[in-house]
Amino acid sequence: MEKPLTQNIRTDGAPLYLKEYEQAGGYQALRKTITMTPKEVMDLVKDSGLRGRGGAGFPTGMKWSFVPMGDNAPRPKYLVANGDEMEPGTFKDRLLIEAKPHQLIEGMIISAYAIQADISYIFIRGEYTEGAEIIQKAIHEAYEAGYLGKNILGSPFSLEMHVHTSVGRYMCGEETALLNALEGKRATPRSKPPFPQSSGLFGKPTIVNNIETLSCISHIINNGAEWFKKLSLTGEGGTKLYGASGKVKRPGLWELPLGTTLREILEEYAGGMRDGLKLRGLLPGGASTDFLTEEHLDVNMDFTSVGKVGSRMGTGTIIVMDDKTCPVGFVHNLQVFFAQESCGWCTPCREGLPWVEKTLYSIEHGTGQMEDLDILSFHTKYLGPGNTFCPLAPGAMEPLQSALKYYREDFIKHINEKSCPWRS
Amino acid sequence: MLSEEERKEIEEEFKLYPHKQAAAIEAMKVVQKHRGWLSDESLEDLAALLEVSKDDLDGVATFYNLLYRSPVGKHVILVCNSISCWVMGYEEILHTLSEKLGIKYGETTQDGRFTLLPVPCLGTCDHAPAMMIDRDLHRDLKSEDIEKILEAYK
Repeated sequence: MEKPLTQNIRTDGAPLYLKEYEQAGGYQALRKTITMTPKEVMDLVKDSGLRGRGGAGFPTGMKWSFVPMGDNAPRPKYLVANGDEMEPGTFKDRLLIEAKPHQLIEGMIISAYAIQADISYIFIRGEYTEGAEIIQKAIHEAYEAGYLGKNILGSPFSLEMHVHTSVGRYMCGEETALLNALEGKRATPRSKPPFPQSSGLFGKPTIVNNIETLSCISHIINNGAEWFKKLSLTGEGGTKLYGASGKVKRPGLWELPLGTTLREILEEYAGGMRDGLKLRGLLPGGASTDFLTEEHLDVNMDFTSVGKVGSRMGTGTIIVMDDKTCPVGFVHNLQVFFAQESCGWCTPCREGLPWVEKTLYSIEHGTGQMEDLDILSFHTKYLGPGNTFCPLAPGAMEPLQSALKYYREDFIKHINEKSCPWRS
Repeated sequence: MLSEEERKEIEEEFKLYPHKQAAAIEAMKVVQKHRGWLSDESLEDLAALLEVSKDDLDGVATFYNLLYRSPVGKHVILVCNSISCWVMGYEEILHTLSEKLGIKYGETTQDGRFTLLPVPCLGTCDHAPAMMIDRDLHRDLKSEDIEKILEAYK
């Protein structure tokens, strides 16, 4: 099984710095790239089927294709790597940042070449202190080696690269909010259109891509679009970093073909549930994805297949809920997070999420009423897609609406018994 | 007054952005690194340097949870309270920390040694429960290990 993203990662956990990365074939893709036209690079990525690994799954090549090209395009153009990994239950970009920094940097230089960007930033969440230092050192090495800076490898192409370490807030993961944060402002989302591709960072054309997405790019250049497509089991292209957390036997992170089934990930890689526990449900790709249950285990973990059974692959890192964990308490914990992280920019999210959180708190602590279930359902509708400025509140409603569907009897039991059956 | 060192570090950050207001967050981080937190006076000095109003800057400072507008202890403990850590029992870890230190979330010990704060998911969920102390990540936490971990932070 090919594992391009994680191959050659050192077993001692130390980062793969320049020398080792070059020995493993690093920066060959960049050498190839500068002999191609930007359009050829863009078309190759389009043909590979690569979709954004940050959660939304938007086709990467298509995203790039909206950037104005040619001599009349506004300058400078920007490329930003989104390393604000803050989706609860998600721990995949951390590995790519800390263990294989040059894979990310090479991917960024190639991506920047495709859109002819002049300046690039790596936006890293503040808590990834070690990762930021590793990336900083790797960038320095890349400058020294002539992979960054003026006239890269003697070509006419030049690129600057900087690290921005953030100071908290989940909102920064939303790309327009991230751009505001990079501009030194509050991380509130911007209205779209204009899309960042035409008016992004400092009002200039900008592409924001996830760390895992960018880490795929050099492999596509080296091996071609067809190879990349065939890595996946279901044709969506590539491998995927899948993870599992919660009370499974072996929580962890594995690079597997995109489209591996939930069952295989949970049973073969995560080792199944801990002894004495049963699977009650799971969030397939972070806190803002709908619950799936036992009956969905044979679904392929790719964007289309998970969508068909009513959830999203999201970040591909699975959060497992066992039968000794209270579903109401579980969803309450999620809503504490979303209510706290709402940036306050738009009313439904700012006012609605705390109401949802308080309603769940009262049910969990035995003071809930039957009408509360209607209040929660009302919110899943009015905080859903189309009613808010950004996807934060709609994302928050995904686990809630599916919990009300799959675990309704547990909510009712809390209300009838005036206590949490798991706490008493 | 900003120190010479602070001013120099901030001016380095200016080079990375097309205008200096964009370095507002970096500038505040520099001051926080040297002084532990952002006082009203620090914000006034920074606002003058960045050529923005102090209130605008405060609007940014108060938005971000890792910029501190009140004094914090010598060491800041960030305990993850998100879903995977909740499933794996962070509440017990928090309880142990609170008992040992005599403080709750948001408080600082009387001797000024520790401040205890919540933090969203630290991105190490396969090793939950987790916390950070200053720049160090501590994972797979067990209540009985807490005392030993704290001893390293004098």
